[in-house]
Amino acid sequence: MGINRSSDPQKRQAQMTYQSLAKKHQPKPRLARNMFLAFLTGGAISLLGQILFNLYRGLGLNEGLSGSLMAVTLVFLAGLLTALGWYDAIGRIGGAGSAIPITGFANSVVSPAVEFRQEGMVLGMAARMFTVAGPVIVYGVVSAVVVGILRWLVVGAG
Amino acid sequence: MDYLIAFVVGGLIGAAGQLVLDKTSLTPAHLMVILVVLGSVLTGLGLYKPFATFAGAGATVPVSNFGYVLTQGVISEIKMLGPVGAVAGVFELASAAITAAIFFGFIFALLTRPKG
Repeated sequence: MGINRSSDPQKRQAQMTYQSLAKKHQPKPRLARNMFLAFLTGGAISLLGQILFNLYRGLGLNEGLSGSLMAVTLVFLAGLLTALGWYDAIGRIGGAGSAIPITGFANSVVSPAVEFRQEGMVLGMAARMFTVAGPVIVYGVVSAVVVGILRWLVVGAG
Repeated sequence: MDYLIAFVVGGLIGAAGQLVLDKTSLTPAHLMVILVVLGSVLTGLGLYKPFATFAGAGATVPVSNFGYVLTQGVISEIKMLGPVGAVAGVFELASAAITAAIFFGFIFALLTRPKG
């Protein structure tokens, strides 16, 4: 980066050696490791979701109710782990793998609620709950309405 | 088999998200918003339901599913009520997850002593 290339072939040779040496000793990119950990974490949370879903199905509940109960159970567990301070630890390892599942959504609600409680029950806890969940709901709802209407315009109510 | 598919698909979405976080200046909040909108658009194109049928919890646990349930709620309600359903159906299917997050968030915040 920013190294002036010399026109002298010998100097240039030395520079190239230096560059390859420097590259060798640069800290190894953490990208692959981060992605692998995100894969394991995201996979594990989805696996837990599948286990819960099959459990509720096995109890004779229909597909829609089983899905909702699975989501509610994951939200409860994530809320509990967040209150105990453990979800942050999972997040430091799992990165996007722990942020993307619905447990990450629950974490984004519970974490500021706990943290800002001391600033008051209304403008502290309740308002801060939606720091991340707010934008998610806003863009989700706007997109849902736009997509729903576009679909109706294009293919009708079918 | 459904366990393996859920693990791999949920994992791949997590890894793809990590790639975005590491390669751009986007925050996890941006990532969640992008996934919700992506889930919504895929639902409009009729692609998310078959994806969920294939991947099970691998598709329904990531937050993109939130876009799916919001949009599916609108589409179903438009089917029954016409265009006015666009505002009536949004939270129909998404209600459980949002309510649980708010309710448990409130309870846990009440019960937890903040650190520091």
